[in-house]
Amino acid sequence: MRTFRYERASGDEAAVAAMAASPGARYLGGGTNLVDLMKLGVESPDVLVDVSRLPHTSVEHTGPGGLLIGAALSNSDLAADHTVRTRYPVLSQALLAGASGQLRNAATVGGNLLQRTRCPYFQDPGKPCNKRQPGTGCPAREGVHRNLAVLGASEHCVATHPSDMAVALAALDAGVHVLSGAATRTIPVTELLRLPGDEPERDSVLRHGDLITHVELSAVPEAAHSLYRKVRDRASYSFALVSVAAALETEGGVVRRVRLALGGVAHRPWRARTAEERLLGEPATAEAFAHAVDAELAPAEPLRDNAFKVPLVRNVAVSALSDLAARQSDGTARLPEAR
Amino acid sequence: MEAPVHASPVTLYVNGTARELVVDNRTTVLDALREQLDLTGAKKGCDHGQCGACTVLVDGLRMNSCLLFAVARDGARITTVEGLADGPELHPLQEAFLERDAYQCGYCTPGQLCSAVGVLEEMAAGRPSAVTAPEHPSGQAVPAGDTEIRERMSGNLCRCGCYVNIVRAVDDAAGAQAGAGHGGSEGGAW
Repeated sequence: MRTFRYERASGDEAAVAAMAASPGARYLGGGTNLVDLMKLGVESPDVLVDVSRLPHTSVEHTGPGGLLIGAALSNSDLAADHTVRTRYPVLSQALLAGASGQLRNAATVGGNLLQRTRCPYFQDPGKPCNKRQPGTGCPAREGVHRNLAVLGASEHCVATHPSDMAVALAALDAGVHVLSGAATRTIPVTELLRLPGDEPERDSVLRHGDLITHVELSAVPEAAHSLYRKVRDRASYSFALVSVAAALETEGGVVRRVRLALGGVAHRPWRARTAEERLLGEPATAEAFAHAVDAELAPAEPLRDNAFKVPLVRNVAVSALSDLAARQSDGTARLPEAR
Repeated sequence: MEAPVHASPVTLYVNGTARELVVDNRTTVLDALREQLDLTGAKKGCDHGQCGACTVLVDGLRMNSCLLFAVARDGARITTVEGLADGPELHPLQEAFLERDAYQCGYCTPGQLCSAVGVLEEMAAGRPSAVTAPEHPSGQAVPAGDTEIRERMSGNLCRCGCYVNIVRAVDDAAGAQAGAGHGGSEGGAW
């Protein structure tokens, strides 16, 4: 590993200034991905700006029913938060479906969003990879790609975004607060992470030195009826093959509000807006869910060894929506008591 | 003495004792423990946060010490497997691992033990896991049992395949803890 200088940021502005001073610098949060990438030789920063002790570790209530989540909060703490478990169960469940207890204790909210793909070619500096070294090619297209993208990929990159949390945040239309130079802006999480296109080296729209300070959730009434469902090669502690974040509100058996995001299928969480639009006003039946999700997946372009993901994510989405519909029709609200 | 630009002075409170070190910034907590403090209980299995053999408690929370830079954890309170026993009195989890024969080669055991200490704290504090019912009240102790323990211990691999007995040992210790009517005392981070 290359040597580096270590700076502990004393505040947001100081952190941004430290990054601006060093083009090769990286922010350090929990380090669960970055430290590993440094060991692998994928990342070799000359300066680490430690933002893990910045005072962004709370979950604050904002306005009518929203939440402001600190970017340095651990994944474990966010998952255990009572309001999150009650009002946004899909988020708590997504966090708990990710990684291990040890990793969730260390990993931060901001770092979770900006973690890198686990594509085996990206993680191996001995191999070509357009994301790690633009212009060198993408061996994954013809090589090992069983767990790579089926939607929104480009000829340059077929990587998937590995986060579970981000899939839930995409379904919830979370906003990401970013300090950029001296200005703060809010970027919808669905626009923060991008498709690879001609610039697969860019996972997000952020520029060097941009600092995520908070994630904001607005009031989403139907999120009280939400869930996260993840399918993987083993029962626990594994990245998703596919995953589904879903929220549904029905009235008299008809879909009134629906949110659907798919994980493990693209370079970013895949918000299924086509399916959502088709479902509004439709009967909340497995058949209607299947038709809507099929329309969403129509543009899928699977590779040789990952075509299984298309029917898999379809079936998981249909079962998730069907379960949410059944819970509302029989009146079982599977949530902790509000307090 | 001023440390060079790529090294830093740090103080780690390891098993209750302040240890002052100068570390190369690249030094992980795991390497500081093993190479500078001669505490070789925590093991370097994969060195990539995948196997859990390096698990220690950092300010009461279980973490993979191979993924923590020591410089970033300056001031942290760290408990390793060497710090679990109280003098000649083994920790209840250590007793349970012996009683249940919860290991074969023993290489993963220090990480299993430290992780299990964290698991018992987390369950006593009512922290949910992926298999905890969504309607389980926040903050109310989560009952142990195979399903909870298997999920919560999934970050600790055992190549000898002693999982069945590890789960029994952790369940025994969880039962003893619940029977004693307290939520444990190792972490207190919540």
